[in-house]
Amino acid sequence: MIKSFIAVLRRDLLVAARRRSDWLNPLVFYVIVVTLFPLGIGPDGDLLRQIAPGVLWVAALLATLLAIEGLFRSDYDDGSLEQLVLSGQPLTVLVLAKVLAHWLITGLPLLLLSPLMAIILQLNLTSIPALLASLLLGTLTLSLIGAIGAALTVSLRRGGVLLALLILPLFIPVLIFGSSAVIAAEGGFAVEGQLSLLGALCLLAVAFAPLAIAASLRIIWE
Amino acid sequence: MGAKPVAGEQTVKEFFAMGGYAFYVWMSFGLTFVVMAAITLSTVLQRKQAIRLVKRKAQINSNSDSVSGQ
Amino acid sequence: MFQWFHRLASLKNFYRLAEIITPWLTVICAGLLAVGLYRGLVVAPTDYEQGESYRIIYVHVPSAWMSMFIYMVIAFCSAIYLIWKMKLADIVAQVSAPMGAAFTFLALSTGSLWGKPMWGTWWEWDARLTSELILLFLYIGYMALRNALDSPAAGAKAAAILALVGVVNIPIIHYSVEWWNTLHQPASITKFDTPSIHISMLIPLLLMALGFKLFYLVNMLSKTRSVILEREASTSWVRSRLQENKL
Repeated sequence: MIKSFIAVLRRDLLVAARRRSDWLNPLVFYVIVVTLFPLGIGPDGDLLRQIAPGVLWVAALLATLLAIEGLFRSDYDDGSLEQLVLSGQPLTVLVLAKVLAHWLITGLPLLLLSPLMAIILQLNLTSIPALLASLLLGTLTLSLIGAIGAALTVSLRRGGVLLALLILPLFIPVLIFGSSAVIAAEGGFAVEGQLSLLGALCLLAVAFAPLAIAASLRIIWE
Repeated sequence: MGAKPVAGEQTVKEFFAMGGYAFYVWMSFGLTFVVMAAITLSTVLQRKQAIRLVKRKAQINSNSDSVSGQ
Repeated sequence: MFQWFHRLASLKNFYRLAEIITPWLTVICAGLLAVGLYRGLVVAPTDYEQGESYRIIYVHVPSAWMSMFIYMVIAFCSAIYLIWKMKLADIVAQVSAPMGAAFTFLALSTGSLWGKPMWGTWWEWDARLTSELILLFLYIGYMALRNALDSPAAGAKAAAILALVGVVNIPIIHYSVEWWNTLHQPASITKFDTPSIHISMLIPLLLMALGFKLFYLVNMLSKTRSVILEREASTSWVRSRLQENKL
């Protein structure tokens, strides 16, 4: 079981390393969305600092949405997803490996880039640890939830808008706890409460999302 | 809705005025009525459509039966 | 083969059963709604704080309850459909979704109409209204997914999975929105909370709530029968009923 987990993880990482647009595009999207806000509302530093937690989180959420659409796409097109589903290996473990690989490719760079985006939006440097911690737990959860939607819509040619409709409402709790952790850090308050809630959501997602993803993929080849 | 018959016109007027909140109250109840009427209408139409479909299928079947019988 | 017969029989039996009870339910529903409306609009006293505007409660709260109740029905039916592959459960979920969305829309719009005189704005980011808005998104997503997939069987299964994912998330969403609300509005006005509602105001509310529930049940049963007819159109029991002119 662990062996097949690692095999899928390695394969996906290798494939992604060769396809640069998969991980680069969501990242550039994230940067551009964050840049649009100061241009839209003006360069007032205090105002920007005030909305920065929400903007950073919403942008991260949209970037995750954009990235997750491609999670199963190419594997579905070249038939390797079908092989994976019919391989007889425990599918929940395999999809967990796929989501983890996908997060390492798209979520982690976003995490590493976010301090820079925080500085652009005049966020206090002292809040950056809270931002990183909340994004670490949050984007992992978002990838897992988003993967359910990606699995449900992978057989559709144009599933992009539908995917957004299906999973954005489910992203709301993560958004609320994530941005409020950063807001609390900005105000100088403790962030353990928010982070432990995010951690709980992440554990829930790790436990249950693979089941839903596997069930959704099985429908296609039934 | 003919409220208390003895009190007459004044009470009816008061009733419809809803203490100055007439717009909000009657809009709410009116909207609810419209939505529920629409649901009922769709139920009735769906039933009619289903019956039409069954009749058409029966007709096609009986036609093909008579053709193959000849 | 046996299972196939069994399934057919249960659809047929359901059709009969629904046929018998629907007229009775319709009468009871109409009675409840009529009495509830009369007692709510005419008999119930004026609220000393909110004046007559509180009477919106008699359509707002039953709609809000229905919006959540129907989602629970859909989730429950989805679980049954996924576990036992019972076609009937899928049909019930399918016909319930648009009605659930309609009641969610009603809860939102009557909430907004109530909020205007109470809060002075058409929209307040109140925890309950916000949750209701998210519920509407969930309903729309559910219906969109079912319609988007080409094969009806795949659409039914995908929608069922989505409904279960949604129902796991609803308490989390509800809790998080409530938490968010108290965080950002420390002294929020919870006008919709009527902790000590007087009994003469409560009775019409319960009558209306029960009336709404029966209204949903009557329409759900009839719509389910229509879908059964369409799916079973070429079976012998539908044929023989057609010949007896008793569809």
